[in-house]
Amino acid sequence: MKKGSLENGALVVGVLMAIVFSLVPFLLFVSSAFKTQTEVTAIPPQLWPSFDVDFFRSAIVRYDILGYLVNSIVVAGATTAVTILLGTLAGYALARLPRPWAHFSLMLILACAMFPQIAIVGPVWRLLRWLGWLNTYQGLVLPYVALTLPLTVWILALFFRELPEELEAAALVDGCSRIEALVKVIVPLSAPGLFTAAILTFIYAWNEFFLALLIVTDPARQTMPVGIALFQGEHTVPWGEIAAASLITTAPLVVMVLLFQQRIVTGLSAGAIKG
Amino acid sequence: MASLSLDGLSRRFGNVTALSDVTLRVDDGEFCVLLGPSGCGKSTLLQIVAGLDRQDKGSVLLDGKVVDELPPRERDVAMVFQSYALYPHMTVSQNLGFGLRMRGIAEEQIQHKVQETARLLGIEHLLARKPRQLSGGQRQRVAMGRALVRRPRLFLLDEPLSNLDAQLRINVRLELKRLHTQINTTILYVTHDQVEAMTLGDKVVVMREGRVRQIGTPEMIYDQPADTFVATFVGSPMMNLFEGKVIREGKYLRFRCNDFSVDVRNLPKDLVGKTVEIGARPEDIEFGRNGKSNLRARVEMLSNAGAEKYVHARLGENTITVKASKDATYNAGEMTSLFIDPDKLHVFYEGKRI
Repeated sequence: MKKGSLENGALVVGVLMAIVFSLVPFLLFVSSAFKTQTEVTAIPPQLWPSFDVDFFRSAIVRYDILGYLVNSIVVAGATTAVTILLGTLAGYALARLPRPWAHFSLMLILACAMFPQIAIVGPVWRLLRWLGWLNTYQGLVLPYVALTLPLTVWILALFFRELPEELEAAALVDGCSRIEALVKVIVPLSAPGLFTAAILTFIYAWNEFFLALLIVTDPARQTMPVGIALFQGEHTVPWGEIAAASLITTAPLVVMVLLFQQRIVTGLSAGAIKG
Repeated sequence: MASLSLDGLSRRFGNVTALSDVTLRVDDGEFCVLLGPSGCGKSTLLQIVAGLDRQDKGSVLLDGKVVDELPPRERDVAMVFQSYALYPHMTVSQNLGFGLRMRGIAEEQIQHKVQETARLLGIEHLLARKPRQLSGGQRQRVAMGRALVRRPRLFLLDEPLSNLDAQLRINVRLELKRLHTQINTTILYVTHDQVEAMTLGDKVVVMREGRVRQIGTPEMIYDQPADTFVATFVGSPMMNLFEGKVIREGKYLRFRCNDFSVDVRNLPKDLVGKTVEIGARPEDIEFGRNGKSNLRARVEMLSNAGAEKYVHARLGENTITVKASKDATYNAGEMTSLFIDPDKLHVFYEGKRI
């Protein structure tokens, strides 16, 4: 205890610093969201808000933040559903392919995930224009699936590989087809891996800004990040409304991650230890 | 229930030959045990019969019909895996009923069959539990139950007892034998444990390196091993083998090695001058009495098996193991006379039984 207390102290300080660094901006906008117009611009800055909900009202009524929210839910939800479906099939195949092939394919998939966005945005935009999918939900879902699939396949392939093959053999002998064995035995046992992949995908699609800004110019189809960035006041930047909208955007993710915390941790550490 | 025929099965994995021209017939209701050391291809064989793996050559026939093209679910076989492979997310009851459910059987009937099977195996009180809440022995029973409940044409068991502790293994072995007489079904059972093979099998198939070395009743395998591999693999402690030459002595043939010589009978005359191996099981060697002795050996140690003892003795460069009575007392270093009964000798020429 005595000998380790210095080290422990250092660790505690490190953790506290990490928390403060990441949380201070977040807390600032949480506080701003609940301020009144005068409090937001007060100098010196006032930290403790008066818990006014005017900015929320204005964000919803004047800036139609709920419309953006619906768009975000549709796009992120659809992206997650399609990515998990394709990722499950591909991950399963790669988990059961002979090792050298699977390894090669996984490396190739990982390489695809390494392209910087700026390198692909041009071709993607032209492709979508050719498809007539600019300013549509599917126009966002398609590139999001392409970008989130590599990591999902990677996570799921590693997860499925940990499951004993005898389980599938048992399911096949018990009367399942390959797909039934996957759906009835492998998928239920892979819940932590699927949750992890799903949440990472959802967060990506929910937060993505760059592609969303370029592909969707019609405000009726824009997602939250783009909507918030394009908030415009006549003469001022509407800091309060931006803070309120940001809080509305972030809250669902925070709640989700807190709820599934345990499962995500299990999923991320799968393969590290057996059993 | 069905008969099973394997016709010239071969399977290679890259450069490794897992199975080589395996031909075998298991009759309806027969308990057939595949016995061999690990890596002899017996598990591959089982996978091919189940339809989980595909042979490169040859055919699998169930009831005389080729089933090579059928996927596992259409073969109507059940399999018990070494790891049991119970579905961890289902209760025991759901595990047992899974195969029936996949075949679209009415829920009412499923419940009835699950109950019946659980009663047969004495696991009724476990039906609501998940596999992780069961002991090894209980899991093993559930795995058996999952196979039994469907009343398939053929049972495939892949080392089902190897994860149980010794005492439990013996109990379950007896139970398995009783179950087989009770439901009288065709079983193909894989093991590397020769005691399991001898106690369970109506027919034992000894395999090594993908080839069948001998097929026969347990008695035949033990009393007339086809080659030196079968001779030494089956039986514990293993058969004593000595290498030497066949010589003619007057009218008779004798086997002679550096350390002793012994009469051999009924050997073809053309073996004279050839190098052969003779084998004698520990129980077929006696301690010399009344001058009836054909070799002398120096006792090295005594091992106690409870119901009997084994004397390990040295004969020049060979060691010899001899079964002794429970109350035998020998001291290390002591010389003892032994008698190998020529009538009980096994003779192998180029590894094959003569």
